[in-house]
Amino acid sequence: MKKRVISAAVLAFMFTFQAKAQNDTVSGNYKKQKLKIEEINFISSYYKQDGDNSAVTGGVGTEKLTDIATNLEVILSKKDKKNNIHSFDVSLGIDTYTSASSDNIDPNTVSSASSQDVRVYPSFDYNYTNVEKKYAVHAGVSFSAEFDYTSIGANIGYTKTSKDKNREFSVKGMAFFDTWKVILPVELQNNPSDNEANHLDTKPRTSYNLGFTLSQVINKKFQMALLADIGYQEGLLATKFNRVYFDDVSVHSEKLPSTRFKIPVGLRANYYLTDRIILRSYYRYYYDNWGINSHTFSLEPSIKLSAFSSLSLPYRFYAQSEAKYFKPIYQHQGIDEYFTSDYDLSKFSSNMIGLGYHITDSDKGIFNIKRIHSLELRYGYYTRNNGLDSHIITLALQFK
Amino acid sequence: MKKFLFMLVFACSLSSCESVKEYQKAKINDAEMVLTAKKTEKFENTFQLYREGSSGANGGKTGGGCGCN
Repeated sequence: MKKRVISAAVLAFMFTFQAKAQNDTVSGNYKKQKLKIEEINFISSYYKQDGDNSAVTGGVGTEKLTDIATNLEVILSKKDKKNNIHSFDVSLGIDTYTSASSDNIDPNTVSSASSQDVRVYPSFDYNYTNVEKKYAVHAGVSFSAEFDYTSIGANIGYTKTSKDKNREFSVKGMAFFDTWKVILPVELQNNPSDNEANHLDTKPRTSYNLGFTLSQVINKKFQMALLADIGYQEGLLATKFNRVYFDDVSVHSEKLPSTRFKIPVGLRANYYLTDRIILRSYYRYYYDNWGINSHTFSLEPSIKLSAFSSLSLPYRFYAQSEAKYFKPIYQHQGIDEYFTSDYDLSKFSSNMIGLGYHITDSDKGIFNIKRIHSLELRYGYYTRNNGLDSHIITLALQFK
Repeated sequence: MKKFLFMLVFACSLSSCESVKEYQKAKINDAEMVLTAKKTEKFENTFQLYREGSSGANGGKTGGGCGCN
């Protein structure tokens, strides 16, 4: 773990140093360019949910949760003497959340675990684009920390664009080396229900992802992208503070297999229907070896109000089968090897509707502030057929 | 399996698409036509990652990096 932290820090330092070391000197016919700020993105959202199937209390009880998430991203770039582009993406995200269900890890202590907590997640990415040969490579590192979870991530990718720029293929590999601090329900802290982990143990979770994207311009108004991932996880995949009540009323800590294999395949298709209406659509089929199969479909008509602004009406439908380890409260039996009453792994369908507004003005800026290049506001209402409802509102500002 | 075959056929048929010149891409280059999730979808995707058993095939990760699935 220590080696990974040091490696990530060294990589981040090297890239940062390289970014700072650009001088405005002249050599030959090439004038070295300074690294310039390409854009700054500020995104903030407020999320609120409620339901009656909290996993912490065995699949019953409040799921009330609020989350305020903010992300600041700075993209810098420069061209070298061969006109190739080097860009650096530095990002910092902070989430502040309150969770009523997490209070119930220990119902007698309102301030337990994540009754209110913060997640901080910085990341750094470097991207190199060879303009003449039409390819790009990128690499990045990320970090995330919250009260019981720490993650160190790394990613690397390659993109090749066709000569006519109508087709693009990219491959991206990601790895996350995560560590759980195990927190057990209060009644099991001195008497764990299994030997998988003790209270306050640290346990690893490692995730690998290999992603492929093939995008194609079909004609002047239509383009599509085929997306496929292969995901593999190993380590502690159960959330140990989730309770499971067996048919004999005994309480257990959630137990799930130590590996998971996932294959999602998606298709995105966008069509410029008329001069005022654009249709954005997406479909995904998902399979994993825990027994979950799902279908996701979304359609988002976007209506142009003017040359600079548009209104969108996103709709999303999602349906999944249940994981083979899921059963509601009091239905698991002693012979079950793995067990969960987490309704996120149950069979359900959900619908989400929303409203989005987008305005761009590179001349005058937004609100007459020239630096603000675009503003995007989006609201979404999500409802699951097992009673969970949520609202999310997001604001994105782009500065140039 | 049928869906996978459909997508495979789609991928194989891409070579028969119309060749669109750069000067003909005014509509394709519209901000709403981008083939990735919008910036305002970033946190929507995050909560869906937490609240649903599925993930991936959206240009992001399939898991890890947070206490989600």
